[in-house]
Amino acid sequence: MRYKFTESEKRFSFVGKARYFFILSIVITVLGVLTLAFAGLHYGVDFKAGSSVDFSVKKDLSGQKNAIQQFLTDEGYGSPALTVGTNRVTMRFPDTLQQDKEEKLKADFASKFDKSASAEVNTVDPEMARELQLNALKAVAIASIGIILYVSIRFEWRFAVAGIVALLHDAFIVISLFSIFRLEVNLPFIVAVLTIIGYSINDTIVIFDRIRENLRFAKIKTGADLANLVNASIWQTLTRSINTVMTVLIAALCLFIFGGESIKLFSLAMLFGLISGAYSSIFIASQLWLVLKNRQKPKMAAKTPAAS
Amino acid sequence: MNRLLTFVLIVVLSAGVVGATSPWLVKQIKLGLDLKGGFEILYEASPLDGGGKVSKDSLVQTARSLEERANRTGVAEPDVSIEGTNRIRVKIAGVTDEAKVREVLSKPANLTFRSAVGCTPQQGYCKTELNGSDFVPNGASVRQSNLNAYEIDIKLKDASKFAKVTGDIAKLASTGNNQLAIYLDDQQISAPNVNEEINSNTASITGSFTLDEANNLKNTINLGALPLKLTEKYTQSVGATLGQLSLQETLFAGGLATVLILLFMFVFYRIPGAIASFAIIVYIWMLLLGFYLMDATLTLPGIAAFILGIGMAVDANIITFERIREEMRSGKSVLSSLKAGSKNSFRTIIDAHVTTVIAGLVLFFIGTGAVKGFAVTLILSIVVSIITNVGYSRLLLHLLIRSNKLVKPAYFGIKESEIRAL
Repeated sequence: MRYKFTESEKRFSFVGKARYFFILSIVITVLGVLTLAFAGLHYGVDFKAGSSVDFSVKKDLSGQKNAIQQFLTDEGYGSPALTVGTNRVTMRFPDTLQQDKEEKLKADFASKFDKSASAEVNTVDPEMARELQLNALKAVAIASIGIILYVSIRFEWRFAVAGIVALLHDAFIVISLFSIFRLEVNLPFIVAVLTIIGYSINDTIVIFDRIRENLRFAKIKTGADLANLVNASIWQTLTRSINTVMTVLIAALCLFIFGGESIKLFSLAMLFGLISGAYSSIFIASQLWLVLKNRQKPKMAAKTPAAS
Repeated sequence: MNRLLTFVLIVVLSAGVVGATSPWLVKQIKLGLDLKGGFEILYEASPLDGGGKVSKDSLVQTARSLEERANRTGVAEPDVSIEGTNRIRVKIAGVTDEAKVREVLSKPANLTFRSAVGCTPQQGYCKTELNGSDFVPNGASVRQSNLNAYEIDIKLKDASKFAKVTGDIAKLASTGNNQLAIYLDDQQISAPNVNEEINSNTASITGSFTLDEANNLKNTINLGALPLKLTEKYTQSVGATLGQLSLQETLFAGGLATVLILLFMFVFYRIPGAIASFAIIVYIWMLLLGFYLMDATLTLPGIAAFILGIGMAVDANIITFERIREEMRSGKSVLSSLKAGSKNSFRTIIDAHVTTVIAGLVLFFIGTGAVKGFAVTLILSIVVSIITNVGYSRLLLHLLIRSNKLVKPAYFGIKESEIRAL
């Protein structure tokens, strides 16, 4: 389909309002940096070492928090962070629970509170926790480099840079939201962030691809022409962007509402990330590319920018 | 007409294969311990006497020995793998007596030579004469004897100690209890007779071993002589009931999500949407098949990746259909819209998918445990998605449109008024 200039003029200008979206994203990012700096992340056992014990119970123990606390103190388990829900009791021990103590705790808890209690125990050594964290960071860094290389080869470096900024923006927003709401950061969370990175770049590439295609046929004389082209490209792919994010949101929402307890946080992270991913693809990435492209002005008038 | 027939044939055939094999396939999928209950331990191995490094061989032997032990306790399919240079991950799903299995696992293999010196007849070989620390580390070797039997030679650190032990045992010759029994943990391997004092720093274990058996024994003994100290670095244990509950809840969520997505596709894209829905069902089936063929274990994050994969697989269809619709709106015929739309959307889909595969590959090579499993699911789902949601769904759409039964734009969810003149 040929690109036509007149098409986009009546419509909402994603490019014209870019400034506001940049500001919005910067504000969220700064807020995130502040909360991360002052409050940090609420690390789960995967990253902080120690043991976490989750009991799944049939009886409603929500009224018995004090009794459970008392039981733990009496039996010499110290006072772990305790969350008592309707059908789930979570204990978080700052030290690693030895095997015999773990067995005893499971048996004692079951006999005292609920015979049908079923437990999930996670124990991580401090050294291991640090390594996991480092590996996660390494994975993000290497994945980013890989994507930059691929996009630079297939498109041009400006697309790669804009795409990576959008991708890191999404990962960072999810991490910030988890920091703000004090949600637990564990291994599945890292997996979720990495999936978001995959999704975000996927979504962004589709719009970039359209810009690249339109560039091939367009005669760009001024910066305004280029802005119009980007805007039209976003509009052309908008239905697809919305429909796709709708379907993945349906999936993530179902998992969040009905899925197992242990993937609740995973699904929540996915939800945040998918929304942010769609937002950054539509409102941030291409606009950023435009900013970068406009700096290339001297060449602009001379020849049609070749994209691929 | 022929094309329509082919279309119907393919649909009926796929539906038949999917319908007939799905229940069987679902049963074949291995479930991870978070869905089945069980436990996972990550051990870090270090040499027992502090100094020195853990060699690759000793690590492999330790892992083999752990697997052997787990098997001996009667658990099904223990999964023992080596990570990095000094770690061993053990996963055991569906155990009932977790405490016992863990205890058996953590005890180092111990080679002992025992005798009946000073024992009552009921006690058998009650006296431990020599133990792991008396043997030269990694000193065991396999030798073929004159009679073509395989024997295992063991080196002792101190010949005089062996001389004294064998001297004492030889004195029992009159009672018939003059054996030096060789035990690995609590299992007797052989009990050769000792008739005289042996003043040597080698001993040999004879028996009717095959070469493989002899080699295995040698490896295990070498492990016993150099027991790696195993420390638990990470453990996860999930109760069986909890695992099943997670499985049920997550499957329900997944089923619901799938139905909603398929409905959405049908309402929005009509006929092509229906084809996409069908392709997505085939996609789910092929993904399960891939899991089965790769002998992969399905875990909770894996299921989540799976379900999100469905969401993303829809994307491939949406990109194609939107493109076709765009071409139609610009006034092209259905057939030429299909051609142009398919061609233009293919490159987009490939570029978008490759970037995600890059992320998946990085996760696979860097990640451990659950992250690795997730990466495998992600990569597999993208490959399968290209086959089913690009190849298969397009084939169906082409057949249907070329049969001239699907020429009204309304079938694609487009109003006549939206179409511009060329």
